[in-house]
Amino acid sequence: MKVKVIVTLKNGVLDPQGKAIQQTLNGMTFNNVSEVRQGKYFDIEINESDESKAKSQVEEMCKKLLANLVIEDYKIL
Amino acid sequence: MKSSVIIFPGSNCDRDMDVALKKFGFDNQMVWHNDVKIPKSDLIVLPGGFSYGDYLRCGSIAGKSRIIKSVIDFANSGGLVLGICNGFQILTETGLLPGILQQNKYLNFICKNVFVKIKNKDNKYFKKIKKEVLELHIAHNEGNYFCSKDELKLIEDNGQIAVTYCDRIGNDDEKNNPNGAIKNIAGIFNKDKNILGMMPHPERMIDPFLSGEDGSLFFENLIESL
Repeated sequence: MKVKVIVTLKNGVLDPQGKAIQQTLNGMTFNNVSEVRQGKYFDIEINESDESKAKSQVEEMCKKLLANLVIEDYKIL
Repeated sequence: MKSSVIIFPGSNCDRDMDVALKKFGFDNQMVWHNDVKIPKSDLIVLPGGFSYGDYLRCGSIAGKSRIIKSVIDFANSGGLVLGICNGFQILTETGLLPGILQQNKYLNFICKNVFVKIKNKDNKYFKKIKKEVLELHIAHNEGNYFCSKDELKLIEDNGQIAVTYCDRIGNDDEKNNPNGAIKNIAGIFNKDKNILGMMPHPERMIDPFLSGEDGSLFFENLIESL
């Protein structure tokens, strides 16, 4: 089955790329954009038919590799 | 004294480090990332570069490579582990050092000489260095050191800040912060001070004709302290 994960920076952690994107959008006349936070998206194909087992494995992956919990949060979709 | 430099795919300061270590008397050996055991060593160095193409996060893939378990065991048994630049990033990703190196505040790759202030000499890495400020080279895109407020307090209370960015006379204020690092941190120790990670490259400052000699002071002290 396929498991999807989104990794984002924690609130309060500086995101200079997001800031640059926001400023560019503002420059492109999207003046109402007040903040952009950039993140990562993972599509994980896992050979496991039990959904809860697969998700708990992906949770381990998030904690150990996909996200650095010092600055990032993860969400399993 | 025996040292080992670990080579990851994408390391590019490994040979400079090899030259520097040998110049100051280390019997150095190169160790491939896919090996399992590290030959007997007094010092292990994780060199600078772009291990695994900086994929996912800088140092994150190297932090899970086959050789790393031996590095962690060595560090946990009190062995000296030095991580320079990407090596520093790898050490934070393994959890041997707290915090993380984020992208530079102004999104620029910085390649220049900087001054760093030695904040703690009660350790083998800086013990006998007489100077307070060293001129070293930095070259990185992710050198913006960050950790939580609680972690920062612990680091400060334990004297784990090793070096900070400063000017020629040692002012380590915001004006002399090249990359946005919290408290101008350029390098930190673990609690026991046997592990040092720092962004500046001492191995690039060992030849007066090419650069400068403050890196020499670092290696001279290291071999004397061991």
